Formats: sequence, C-alpha cells, structure tokens
Amino acid sequence: MEKQQSPEEKQEALWEGVLAPKGPDGDPLPFQSPEAEKAFKERILRFKDAIQMKKLPDRVPVTIFPSMFPWLNAGMTVEEAMYDYGKCAEAFKKFVKDFDIDVHWGAAAPGPGKFFEIMDYKLYSWPGHGVAPEHVYQCNEGEYMTADEYDALIQDPSGYFSNVYLPRVFGSLDGFAMLPFLPGILEMYGVAFNFIPFGLPPVQNTYKKLFEAGGEALKWAGAVGGADGELATLGYPNILGGFTKAPFDVIGDTLRGTKGVMLDIYRQPDKLLEAMDAITPLMINMGVGASTMTGNPLIFVPLHKGADGFLSDEQFKKFYWPTLEKVLLGLIEGGCVPLPAAEGGYSTRLEVVQDLPKGKTLWMIDLTDMADVKATLGVNACLLGNVPSALLNLGTPQEVEDYVKKVIDEAGTDGGLIVCNGAFFDQAKPENVKAMVDTTKEYGVYK
Amino acid sequence: MSKKLVNAIADMKEEEALNIAKKMVEDGSDPTAIVDAAREAMDIVGQRYEKGEYFLPELMLAGEMMAQITEMIKPELAKMPEVKRFGKVLIGTVEGDIHDIGKNIVTFMLDVNGFEVLDLGVDVPPQKFVETIKKFKPQVIALSGFLTLAFDAMKETVGAIEAAGLRDDVQIMVGGGQVNEEISKYAGADAYGKDAMAGVTLAKKWTGAK
Repeated sequence: MEKQQSPEEKQEALWEGVLAPKGPDGDPLPFQSPEAEKAFKERILRFKDAIQMKKLPDRVPVTIFPSMFPWLNAGMTVEEAMYDYGKCAEAFKKFVKDFDIDVHWGAAAPGPGKFFEIMDYKLYSWPGHGVAPEHVYQCNEGEYMTADEYDALIQDPSGYFSNVYLPRVFGSLDGFAMLPFLPGILEMYGVAFNFIPFGLPPVQNTYKKLFEAGGEALKWAGAVGGADGELATLGYPNILGGFTKAPFDVIGDTLRGTKGVMLDIYRQPDKLLEAMDAITPLMINMGVGASTMTGNPLIFVPLHKGADGFLSDEQFKKFYWPTLEKVLLGLIEGGCVPLPAAEGGYSTRLEVVQDLPKGKTLWMIDLTDMADVKATLGVNACLLGNVPSALLNLGTPQEVEDYVKKVIDEAGTDGGLIVCNGAFFDQAKPENVKAMVDTTKEYGVYK
Repeated sequence: MSKKLVNAIADMKEEEALNIAKKMVEDGSDPTAIVDAAREAMDIVGQRYEKGEYFLPELMLAGEMMAQITEMIKPELAKMPEVKRFGKVLIGTVEGDIHDIGKNIVTFMLDVNGFEVLDLGVDVPPQKFVETIKKFKPQVIALSGFLTLAFDAMKETVGAIEAAGLRDDVQIMVGGGQVNEEISKYAGADAYGKDAMAGVTLAKKWTGAK
C-alpha cells in the first residue's frame, strides 16, 4: 500500500507543482524569457514564505484581488467583460502586466454571460438582466430553500440540490425535478423504470440546454484559462485553486437567505446545526477537490454572515465558527491553504478564530484594524489586506502610500503580511491602485 | 397580560408571545393594549440591539412577531389613532445596488425609535427620491449602498435633490459597506452613519427629537 502523505507533504507537493508549471500539452511551460521564469518562481516563493511564516520573504508581497476593476479600468462595461470572452481575457492580461503584481487571481470574475442566459440563472441579476451594463452582477436574495426542507437537505444533499434547489435557481434545469432517485437503482428487476424520466420532453430539454451551456462554459474557460497560461509564461502566477464556503453561509446566502437563516437560529436551531454538519464534509471535499484539479494550493473562502453585527458572540461560537473551523482544518488536512476573506468588520471574532495552526492559513482582512488583527489572528496566520475601497476610489496616491506604509509597520515588520485591497472593488483611480503596489515594493523590502 | 406579552416578545419567545396575543384577542382585550405592548417590546428590542445584546436574528424575529400580531388585530387597526412620530425619514439603497440587509436594520431601528420611515427599497433612481421627497416631505434622507458603484450613485442622488431645489429642506445621511466620511463628503451628504445606531442619533439630532 502506498504511504499516506502528511498534510505538509501534500502542501509541499502543490507548491512544487505551481513552481514547475505545465503547458496544455503536459510539457513544461515555455517561459518567454529566463527573466520571466525567474520572476515567476520568486513571486510564488515570496507568497509561500509570507503564508508559511517560517522565514521572511525578500519583501512584503503585493497583489490586487479586485471585482470588476480590471475591466472597468480598461474602458469596458461589465456587460462586455461578461459577453466578449476574448476582450475579457485581453483586458485582464493588460491589467496584470500594467500593475505588475506578484500573483493574480485569474480572469474568471465576470463569468460567461451567455452561459447564464442559456441556464436562465435566477439567483443573480447581471448586465442586461436586471442591472445596468456598467454595473456588477448582484445576488437576488430569497428563500430558495423553504423552512420545512431541512430534512431533505440533511438526508441527501446531492439529491436535494439536483431535484429541488437547482431547478429553482436555474430555469433551464426544471427537468431535473423529475430525475430518478439514484440510490434506488439497484437490481435488474424494474431498473428500467428509473430511466423513464430521460425519455420525457422536460428532462430531454434540460439536457439539451446543458449540452449548450457546457459548450459555452468550455469556450469561456478556454479564453480565461488561456490568459492564465500566457501570464504564466510572462512570469505572473495564479495560485488560486478554487473556492468553498462556511456552512452557515451556504445555508444563509443562497439557500434560506439572510432572514431565513436568522429565524432558523430561533425556530429550528437543531435542524440548522444538523444541516451544517451534513454539508461540512462536502465543503471540505469541494475545496480539496478543486485544489487537486487545478494543482493550486489556495482555496478562497468568502465569509459573510459571521461578521461583526450579524450574530452575537454566543451565536457566532455556536452556529458559525464550529463548522467553518472544521472546513478550514479539513482543507489544511488536504494540503490546501485556506484563504478566508473576513468581509466587513471582524473585531469581535478575532479571539475565537485565532487558534488555527501556524502558517497554514491566509486571511483577507477588510475593515478590521490591522494592528488588532496582527496581535491576535496574525500571530498564527498570514494577513492579506487591507487598503479600503473608499481610499482607492477617492484618495490620492500620497494617501494610499501613507496607508500602505502604516499597514506594513503595523502588520508586516516580521513577515506574515501580503498587501492587498481589503474588499472586492469595481471602481477605483488607477493611480491609487498603482500606488498600493509600488509603495509595497519599495517600502516593504526586508533588510 | 400585556406585561407578559411585552416580555415574551422582548425575550424572543415567539410561541408564547403569539399565544398571549391570541388569547387577548379572544378575550376581547382592547386592541390598543395589544399594539401598545408590542410597541413597548419593540422598544426594548431596539435598546438591546443598541447595547450589543441583540443582533440580526433578534431583529428579524421581532419583526416577524410584530407582523403576526398585527395580522391578528388587523380589522381593528384601521380604527386606531395614529401614533405621534418624531419626524419622517426617507430611506433607500441607491441606483444600481440591490443590497438591503443594512438598510433594513436602519429602517427597523428608526421605526422603533419613533420615526415614520418610508423605505423605497433597492436600486432606487435619483428621480424616485426626488419625487417621493415632494410627496412625503421627509426631514431626513438615508442613502444606503454596499458596492463601490454606490459612491457615484449617492453623489448623483444628492445632486438630483439639489437640482430639484429640495436640498435645503432635508438632511442627508449615507452608510453601508465601504462607505465612510470621505464618501459622505464626495456625495455631498450631510453625514455618514457607521451603523444603525449612528443613523438614529443623526436623525434625532436633525429632527430635534430627544
């Protein structure tokens, strides 16, 4: 039997993989110059050293983790970025080169507009479908899972998703509501009955839509993947492996909705806890699986409804943190580096979340005071942040420079810091964004 | 009975609260007593939220209890006298932005603190604010926004209010997401409110409510 790799070995293997990238044909990726190859490796190691907190990198790494900024800054509308995959990829490549960041996060943020149309996606409004061409897509909050459906979700999460939830959020998946119960397909006698739905027009129509949507997704992935590949040959790595979510947010964001999940805390707390337990291993598998597939170690975990002001300390400790902690530890166990984004303020949560294994996580910090974070969570975790959107939007390059220096002084003098924006932004003055990058490169050198 | 109702709502005992209210209706209690008890309870909920004892789950459950109790006495409600309000607040999420969690909390807190609040919802165009100001005649405008696009939308909304000659009639506060003092200045608003409590404080100051 093959010896089981330890979590550390798994992670090292992932880092080795990203340091030796392969082209689409499986051969080593041809860099455009020896300088590009050198820069590529230096940038990855700079990130790795900052995250692992074992030794100081040569300087504080810097990145930009934007929402629609790369495309708006290129003079495009969000609509164009969503519908013209080629233009989307070109603008993103230019963005990475112009701002010359250490690592980038890929051009996938706009997503394929045509795909969303084919699927009749109801969960979001996007340009031309509920929001203006120049505006970013936004979630249509709702109660997509009803209060009495917890048992169905707990007993068979995949079946609940395929037959109940997905047909509600994708109009084109309405045929899935008729799919057979797959664990019931057991023996020859009567087995054909299970396949009758596939002969019916609604199911067949859904599959036709799926073929079309899959083709569209592939076309889009080719364009954004191509951008990744070309940027790598120029020396700019993308080490994002995928994403997963806190189980409380899985239920609260897009299943029960904010109101639903908040009421469930009082009306059916046991069901809520049970459901979060049921989906916790799935959320771990989702992250580890994505990391294995892409070969990249970082798994993004956007945190929403556990921020300051949403829940009491007791509610956070009882409902939000236990399953999130399990997800983070499960990702670490699988060799990944979880990247939780503490959107909003997290001051009241720092004490609870601070005891994670050292050098294994990277936390994106938004509005929380960086000195406070450094003194608590930052003892064991590398921090990513936290230049505010308002400053990038309305400030001057000098103000951005001052802010970045303050962040480095407060949170970066002994490693464990990557300078970045604090929240996902669309609009900003490019000279301010540039000042964030340039200041870090000059001021953040470790001597 | 009404004291029990106050406590049940304020302590988040939904089933108990609804049972007491139902019993009061059946016993032929004065609907005014039920409404007064519910309002008193909302006041306590608001105070506990301000003190950091209550959070979103409690605000949402309190809102649900209030709605269910109101439903029970609906036929009687129309005959009851209007409560005295401190002032009028017009609130909405600015054009292009459809986020509403923060706005809803501010609306709830203004309401329990005695303001008449008109909520225009999300993605509200500047002209909609202008038209509503003319009809509703609020003293206070509260603009909410979560995304960076809201910065310009807030500025445009204040600009439209100004262009309509209404700017001197109202005080404008902004808040939400990445909004801060700088955004307030940029938008031409009168103040930035960090959270729902700050919003209530501003509204009280501007309307002279104590």
